[in-house]
Amino acid sequence: MSFPWAEQYKPTNPFMRWMDDRLPLPRLVYNAVGKGYPVPRNLNYFWNFGVLAGLFLVIQIVTGIVLAMHYAANSSIAFASVEHIMRDVNSGWLMRYVHANGASFFFIVVYIHIFRGLYYGSYKPPREMVWLLGLVIFLLMMATAFMGYVLPWGQMSYWGAQVITGLFEAIPLVGTTIKEWLLGGFAPDNAALNRFFSLHYLLPFVIAGVIILHIWALHLPGSSNPTGVDVKGPQDTVPFHPYYTAKDGFGVGVILILFAIMVFFLPNYLGHADNYIEANPLSTPAHIVPEWYFWPFYAILRAFTVDFILPAKLWGVVAMFGSILLLFFLPWLDKSPVRSGKYRPQFKIWFWVLVVDVLILGWCGGAPAEEPYVMISQLASMYYFAHFLIILPIISRTERPRPMPNSITEAVLGTDESAAQPAAAS
Amino acid sequence: MATVDTNDQAPGTEPEEDGVRRRDFLNIAAVSVAGVGGAVVLLPLINQMSPSADVLALSSIDVDLSAIEAGQAIKTTWRKQPLFVRHLTADEIAEADAVSLSELRDPQTLAERTAEGHKEWLITLAVCTHLGCIPLGAAQGENRGEYGGYFCPCHGSHYDTAARIRKGPAPTNLVVPEYEFTSDTTVTIG
Repeated sequence: MSFPWAEQYKPTNPFMRWMDDRLPLPRLVYNAVGKGYPVPRNLNYFWNFGVLAGLFLVIQIVTGIVLAMHYAANSSIAFASVEHIMRDVNSGWLMRYVHANGASFFFIVVYIHIFRGLYYGSYKPPREMVWLLGLVIFLLMMATAFMGYVLPWGQMSYWGAQVITGLFEAIPLVGTTIKEWLLGGFAPDNAALNRFFSLHYLLPFVIAGVIILHIWALHLPGSSNPTGVDVKGPQDTVPFHPYYTAKDGFGVGVILILFAIMVFFLPNYLGHADNYIEANPLSTPAHIVPEWYFWPFYAILRAFTVDFILPAKLWGVVAMFGSILLLFFLPWLDKSPVRSGKYRPQFKIWFWVLVVDVLILGWCGGAPAEEPYVMISQLASMYYFAHFLIILPIISRTERPRPMPNSITEAVLGTDESAAQPAAAS
Repeated sequence: MATVDTNDQAPGTEPEEDGVRRRDFLNIAAVSVAGVGGAVVLLPLINQMSPSADVLALSSIDVDLSAIEAGQAIKTTWRKQPLFVRHLTADEIAEADAVSLSELRDPQTLAERTAEGHKEWLITLAVCTHLGCIPLGAAQGENRGEYGGYFCPCHGSHYDTAARIRKGPAPTNLVVPEYEFTSDTTVTIG
């Protein structure tokens, strides 16, 4: 783990030495996020988002445990218990608004984290496993967020559960059986609510476990960097502490300010008013959409309107899951040896087209299922798949990369020899 | 390039006369803000476990005393705990007043344990001060202990007619809650 020039952990305090021989936890911290972990010196603020994602996982777990102390997972009183949290429990409104907006912020920072990885080629060798584990975390997050949204047992909760479990009905032959098994009934009811609560409590800890693997896999080669050039020597790195603890600390401060603005001034901006109406199995809301972070995938789901060999419904479901599963193959679809998009003139253009494409998909996913949104979703879905399956493999072969710097230090300081002295030789 | 823990000072980090650098101040200020912020966040996280508004809303009850004859007692619920309301007879009052305070483990007179002008109404929690069982003696025919008040069957605490501990392991008298007579026959407890 880490580079040979990493600072060694040498405790001077006798207690810490005693501890180090018996439970070297301080050594682990020192080597993971302390002075013992050398990091490329040129990371920009996009490299903050891993830490920010971790921050929001912690916020979600802490506020979630609090909410579980007051919430009742029973379909007859779940809705009332959420109102009880909002009105009666001390600071309950704060806990719930932090939890609801925390989910949105978790997705915001994770989406930026993912697109950072896409732009700078963080999925490429030797970090494929980091990317794959990240996608597993993303899938677990989606499952957790979906089940959490069912718990308040409002109209959107109920119909969201109905629609999402209905996806499984598209599976030929066994679809209906699977749906009934998932719900423990023919429609969402008490059985579904209870198991969703149980799993919603469990999955964040599974996510935390996979995050440990994600960081473990990352720390073998170390972080990538905006140039994509490998670290060549001590002059290319600075110790994680204090350099990146300070930089991450600044990022944490900025995101918490934005978060506080949402929680205290716009707490329901990202939610749906319909979810303040108790679940009613006899009335579907006029405009039913998932939470914003699912919109791009929802647009892909709805883009298939015509039966073609297979039923349209099955195509939509396959495409929606496929749009994420596809990303698992990304390290082998983009074979360009150049990591950073900064030195890939063609890739850079298509990358931004993809960003716009996903934003368009998101916009269509949040819109009603009517023209022109259906047509736009169809075109945007087509581009999404073409980007990964056609454009990336082709440009990774045909593109002529721009000249790259010889080292990270050269990228930062130019070729001036005198300036390129080791930075952290203390 | 050098910043922390090196001797070649970057601009703006020159030591002041007292040896304190600008950076030291910034470090302390930044960490203090984070520390105070973190501590403030703990307040709602801790306070959310305190009794909620709906629990507090039920924290006082009205009891109608008109149907309780002298010598009878009722058991009711207050703040999710059982409560005794006893209408003492003249004999029981006399018996309680006859005890000298020096004999008592938790010295209190009957007058101190009842409302002024309503000495015949003894209102106490029905929670034994030893380990929380409900003492016997409210319903007719129950064992009232050696002192004619209440008897806790769990570990054998005997309370007298003023619900004062006289014998057994309980450390103090049965607790008298805060209450107020709103008329001659109704009392608001809590």
